[in-house]
Amino acid sequence: MAKRLLVRGNEAICRGAIEAGCRYYFGYPITPQNDIPEYMSREMPNVNGVFIQAESEIASVNMVMGAAATGARAMTSSSSPGISLKMEAISYMAGMELPCLIVNISRSGPGLGGIDASQGDYFQAVKGGGHGGYHILVLAPASIQEMYDLTMLAFDLAEIYRIPAMILGDAVVGQMKEPLVPHPRPDRELPAKDWALRGKSGGEQRYIKSLYLGDGELEAHNWKLYAKYQEMKAKESRWEDFLTSDADLIVTGFGSAARIAKTAVMMAREEGLKVGLLRPITLFPFPSAAFAERTLRCKKILDVELNTGQMVEDVRLSVARDAEVHFYGRPSGTGSLPTPEEILGQIKKYY
Amino acid sequence: MYMAGFGGQGVLLAGTLLSHAAMNEGKNVSFMPSYGVEKRGGAAMCTVVISDGEVGSPVIGNPSVGVFLNQASFDKYCPMIKAGGTCIVNTSLVDPATCAREDIEIIPIPMNAIAMEMGDARMVNMVAVGAYAARTGAVSPAALAEALKDTLPERNHKYIPDNIRVLEAGAARISHH
Repeated sequence: MAKRLLVRGNEAICRGAIEAGCRYYFGYPITPQNDIPEYMSREMPNVNGVFIQAESEIASVNMVMGAAATGARAMTSSSSPGISLKMEAISYMAGMELPCLIVNISRSGPGLGGIDASQGDYFQAVKGGGHGGYHILVLAPASIQEMYDLTMLAFDLAEIYRIPAMILGDAVVGQMKEPLVPHPRPDRELPAKDWALRGKSGGEQRYIKSLYLGDGELEAHNWKLYAKYQEMKAKESRWEDFLTSDADLIVTGFGSAARIAKTAVMMAREEGLKVGLLRPITLFPFPSAAFAERTLRCKKILDVELNTGQMVEDVRLSVARDAEVHFYGRPSGTGSLPTPEEILGQIKKYY
Repeated sequence: MYMAGFGGQGVLLAGTLLSHAAMNEGKNVSFMPSYGVEKRGGAAMCTVVISDGEVGSPVIGNPSVGVFLNQASFDKYCPMIKAGGTCIVNTSLVDPATCAREDIEIIPIPMNAIAMEMGDARMVNMVAVGAYAARTGAVSPAALAEALKDTLPERNHKYIPDNIRVLEAGAARISHH
């Protein structure tokens, strides 16, 4: 077995990004993601990479835009209020079809909120947090190994679909430490970057832009983006299935909440209750088919989130018509993280 | 298990040490710090889950063991210990009478006094880890000693022998108990 390292989630993202060939990090400090710029400032110079602490969140994400336009693997990271500041540029990059990685180790809100784990940014992440009606790829890791693996996957899928990618985590998966087995980036065939800007080198002129003024141009562009989102839904939906095949109640949730819920599911099983867990790993594309298929047989869903109910809307849109969808949420702040014992109580209430 | 105290007592380092030792012994482990915006003097707490199987939740509501280094953390978390569980308490700073529970075992250890006797009050966290490991058998003394290399920065490796002596002193309080 490969050597295991005890690594903090934020560090696992950095290790995954560097292994994936990312050599450009631009950011601005905010808790609880500061381990990311700390690690990158130390390690990027060792791999001939670039680390810049910009003058603001907005500057840093626009630096990502510039680097990504040249076809380089580039990333930024922040936490909720900082991600809000980056939204204008994320909308532009969605329009420009620029692959890049944005990490949101989210904190509780609204506004300045607090620094505790929260899933209050689900809507912002998956529904297009900026203007103009777009989507980005959103991945929600629930373990330190996934923080590493999904970071590598995010860079690859971003290039395959020419789309910004986001890792959506929180202080639980960002700050906790678990064993990590590092490994090389899996081989994956990637399209040529025949769109990337390369300076005044002769050859045909290339444009990267989000402004389309010609008759019908912008409509065509939007239908093209739409087709891409549909293709991603069909091909890239990912989820974890834990004991759902005989379940009478399926618990769902993403990221840290799903991790806590998994223990509640194990506790329920020990008591003889047929309970399973269905955990979306891609939040966009949302694994609708997985919910539709399972709710043909199992008619009870319990969705657990660290907010007052966001992903639950997508769950309701995905399940079979006669399935009941129940919700248990804890909009978070200090002392508001639910425990497995608490979720077990909810399982028993609806079982 | 929960380990808690105030910032500066080395609670998070102790939890990390325990996690490294458990991982090196082939177990699965999660280390979850709960941190405030404060640094020294604020509350410091971590949850460590050690398992032969998959670690589910890194957050637990009712741990089987708690190790408490100050009064505030003891008062806050002692009521959460699972019935039949164990509380290892730093009686240099904690009066365990404030939590009257018959259904858990309370192990009083004057951790500050022992650390000071051994030469440095800052090693109070090592007394705690030594006692915890001896009481639960969750990790072996050899694994703890080895894990100090992974946990402490290189510049502090010269203090490893001292830390091992204090880990042993903590463990010895369990056999006396």
